[in-house]
Amino acid sequence: MAVDAATVRKIARLARLGLAEDEVAPLAAELSAILGFVEQLSEVDTNGVPPMAAVSPKLHVWRADVVNDGGVREAVLANAPDARAGFFAVPKVIE
Amino acid sequence: MTNLTDLTITDMQAGLAAREFSARELTDAHLDAMAAARRLNAFTVETPEIARAAADAADAALAAGTAGQLAGIPLGIKDLFCTKGVETTAASRILKGFVPPYESTVSAKLLDAGAVMLGKLNLDEFAMGSSNETSAAGRVISPWKARGSDAELVPGGSSGGSAAAVAARLVAGATGTDTGGSIRQPAAFTGITGIKPTYGRCSRWGIIAFASSLDQAGPMARTVTDCATMLEVMCGHDPKDTTSLDLPVPNFAAALSADLRGRTIGVPREYRTDGLDETIATLWDQGLSWLKQAGANIVEVSLPHTRYALPAYYIIAPAEASSNLARYDGVRYGQRVAPEGGSLNDLYEATRAAGFGREVKRRIMIGTYVLSAGYYDAYYTQAQKVRTLIAQDFAQAFETCDLLLTPTAPSPAFAFGAKADPLAMYLNDVFTVPSSLAGLPAMSVPAGLSADGRPLGLQLIGRPLDEQGVLNAGLALERAAGFTARPAMGWLDTL
Repeated sequence: MAVDAATVRKIARLARLGLAEDEVAPLAAELSAILGFVEQLSEVDTNGVPPMAAVSPKLHVWRADVVNDGGVREAVLANAPDARAGFFAVPKVIE
Repeated sequence: MTNLTDLTITDMQAGLAAREFSARELTDAHLDAMAAARRLNAFTVETPEIARAAADAADAALAAGTAGQLAGIPLGIKDLFCTKGVETTAASRILKGFVPPYESTVSAKLLDAGAVMLGKLNLDEFAMGSSNETSAAGRVISPWKARGSDAELVPGGSSGGSAAAVAARLVAGATGTDTGGSIRQPAAFTGITGIKPTYGRCSRWGIIAFASSLDQAGPMARTVTDCATMLEVMCGHDPKDTTSLDLPVPNFAAALSADLRGRTIGVPREYRTDGLDETIATLWDQGLSWLKQAGANIVEVSLPHTRYALPAYYIIAPAEASSNLARYDGVRYGQRVAPEGGSLNDLYEATRAAGFGREVKRRIMIGTYVLSAGYYDAYYTQAQKVRTLIAQDFAQAFETCDLLLTPTAPSPAFAFGAKADPLAMYLNDVFTVPSSLAGLPAMSVPAGLSADGRPLGLQLIGRPLDEQGVLNAGLALERAAGFTARPAMGWLDTL
């Protein structure tokens, strides 16, 4: 699968990854090579094989639906690049 | 007095118990070694004050008879583990300045047992790499050199800081994490031991996520016994990680036995690839005869889907990574780049463009691609089906054998820049990735040297939860190999 520049830009957009113009062509070549490599999986007959859902089958556990943490707003906000009045601050969003 | 930094964890425990030296003396000796070897760039953060305080606490506990299992033992913590109050970056620019308000479960268990943290250890950015060349904190340099060469060697990756620090005697042991070989391959490259336990043995809580269905913590140290001692402390159920296994933790160190009578070792024929390095092939045969001398039977087994493990891994791991790394958005922690007058989307894109390195971007792109509409089934679902087949291959092999012996890596440590092509780098994980996909316990033990004196490791792979079997065979290998080579560090002084 050859990935072209338009696909690279589209994927980067989906991943919210800004790309400089000079990053597009090298990425297209690298992604093409990697996808070319992984495409050999298509030759494996997987009819009737279930996709692996969990590495170690285990029973799902339930816990009591109780609050077991909290009251740590300052600690949660301490690493924010911009926290104001007890909230994370971001640029204005207008839909 | 013997050089304190040369002691194994077992020796340190004995010496501390007998009051031959104090935890403080032990810690100071390692802090000196750490300072003298800064050129290796093994640490992202040094924490000497925390270390001295912990050492003093260990001395007090030793005197009071309340000391934990690892009291006074100087360790390094891979900078993928969140450490309360100590900057944790996963060697990424995007997490620069992040100071976790909590401690990861595994590092908390080690500290609660009295271990002394000397600092945070460098790694490939977000643990994505096999050579430590992707770290935003700069590459880690192996203390080893090939005989007759001045070229600096990679320590392997992603736990390259851990491997270099243990090999260079800056720490007695270190935590690593292994997603596709990140404990075992650097252990092999630097002549030390490292074990990745069964998926679910160690809690992943507080470990910065790369590929959650593959990530496992494990110890790296200079002996099999030291790994067993650390592993025992690191394992255990954690309600905060739903994939953590609620099972009792065996006393791995106490139960160690190099007697392999009645055990059967499988040799997977698909691992004997055409281009396999001759020295490594010979060492592998030597390893098999060592295990035979320890009482084991040797049988050939087949893992027919081996060649599909790497392609499956390079779909599954990037897919999970692209999802896990979506959280780095410049809003809640880490770096933010906000273009003047830009929108929230502009902030996301600029932050992630500036914060992630090339390999991380590459993997986010691959992961986003294989998960995107129209491609999901062809790539991701097919890879997960192949993963089922790979796990079934192992289950079938374990019907006729107890353990597998293979090389850890297809080559010894290489020079920086030698694998500039991403695919060439990925191929270095060919022997470690299959057991990661199957969630099996696997260990690398130093077994010999290449013709020019670079360390080589052999890998043991066990059934789910049979860490003890892996460690026991590892002990047999260790005793037979008698690996005493160590890096000649004199070159550090001449710089």
